[in-house]
Amino acid sequence: MNASLYHADTLIIGTGMAGITLARELRKLDSTASIHLITGDDGSVYSKPMISNAFKQNKTPQSLAQKNADQLGEELNVQVWNHSTVTAINRADKAVIVNTAEGRNVIGYAKLVLAVGASPRPYAVDGSASLPLPTINSLDDYTRWREDLKDGGRVLIIGAGLIGVEFANDLVGAGYSVDVVDPAPHPLSRLLPDELGQVMQNALADAGIRFHLRRVVAGVAKGADGNTAVLDDGKRIAFDHALTAIGLVANTDLAKTAGLAVDSGIKVDAFLRTSDPDIYALGDCAQTDAGVLPYILPLMAEARALAATLSGTPTKVQLPALPVAVKTPALPAVVCPPKPGAEGEWVIEGVGPDRRALFVGPDGQSLGFALIGAETKARQALAKEMPELLAA
Amino acid sequence: MANPKYICVVCNYVYDPAVGMPDDGIPAGTAFADIPDDWACPDCGVSKEDFEVMEAAA
Repeated sequence: MNASLYHADTLIIGTGMAGITLARELRKLDSTASIHLITGDDGSVYSKPMISNAFKQNKTPQSLAQKNADQLGEELNVQVWNHSTVTAINRADKAVIVNTAEGRNVIGYAKLVLAVGASPRPYAVDGSASLPLPTINSLDDYTRWREDLKDGGRVLIIGAGLIGVEFANDLVGAGYSVDVVDPAPHPLSRLLPDELGQVMQNALADAGIRFHLRRVVAGVAKGADGNTAVLDDGKRIAFDHALTAIGLVANTDLAKTAGLAVDSGIKVDAFLRTSDPDIYALGDCAQTDAGVLPYILPLMAEARALAATLSGTPTKVQLPALPVAVKTPALPAVVCPPKPGAEGEWVIEGVGPDRRALFVGPDGQSLGFALIGAETKARQALAKEMPELLAA
Repeated sequence: MANPKYICVVCNYVYDPAVGMPDDGIPAGTAFADIPDDWACPDCGVSKEDFEVMEAAA
């Protein structure tokens, strides 16, 4: 093993929202500690949630980047290793092995933080080996996808969950022709009760989106006049571009290879510590006692608690109920799902597009909610009444 | 600027003190610093701490 040429008090792998927010919070608390960040992409700072409504915001992929790696490094006084891949964690020597543009480096650490995110679940069917069905989970992915996009092109979206419907609404609003396929009976089926899902479907259909629900894509083929997808009922959909949005899987390979405890994410305790006391994880890759929470609000709260812990004040992550905003201008929604497996039933109020659904448990306590239309204004007041995700 | 605008780092929502957020009980003229600490971004829900001062040129 080579001796480390570099040493970081805190070494963060990943410069998504989790890694960047942690660096920013850490710098607020400690002006001198050395902080290094490693990323496989160019290290520009962008807000991932904004990608799926870029057209609505009049953003090009280039203008979504708020800062480049140099500006990030200068602003936070951190060392950014971009275009760099961590190939291994050497826990015995407290160092990581990194392949950079210049070659192989070894970076030592006092504390290591895994902010390595999640990867979109791929979709493979008959024909997708020669006609890929791309996923988008980074600004690089989105830049490539937008470069190929023809004006007014026909887009096939596989998946009617949060990301699928946000992209669908954004694309149809920008003049693209959009078909969405999903095996569920309604869009956002895991977040909205059926009645609200139906209202959402109607609003998105009115905006011009064509839904093919209770259906799956069985095969795809290239053709002279564009591509064709065949659904499981034999129906054919002509399309120019595909986009797959069927969920995320936490990136656990690096942690697993290093011998850390891994389940559906990298397992962490209330302090976000992995099974190695000098290694932490947060964001989409981490599995807390509340599960893997691939949303923006949990990771911001995690970053603040971890920054305090790493600066010498051990701080448990405390997560209040965290509502998730669905950015569908055709019908805005805010959801705060009950814990998986929670007992109770939906109680729905309201008419037309403005509805409020409360998930009420056996003892009458509200355990979650879903709001659409004008009812979304109640999000902050309702969130305060919900049980905490992670108690202090 | 005595009373700058603030921007949400997650969704780019801009808080303009000149306008305030009357719907949320924050009258026009309220400086960002004077908003309650438990206030959250009306668009994406992140906390007050996740806002940055908006550059004058932006």
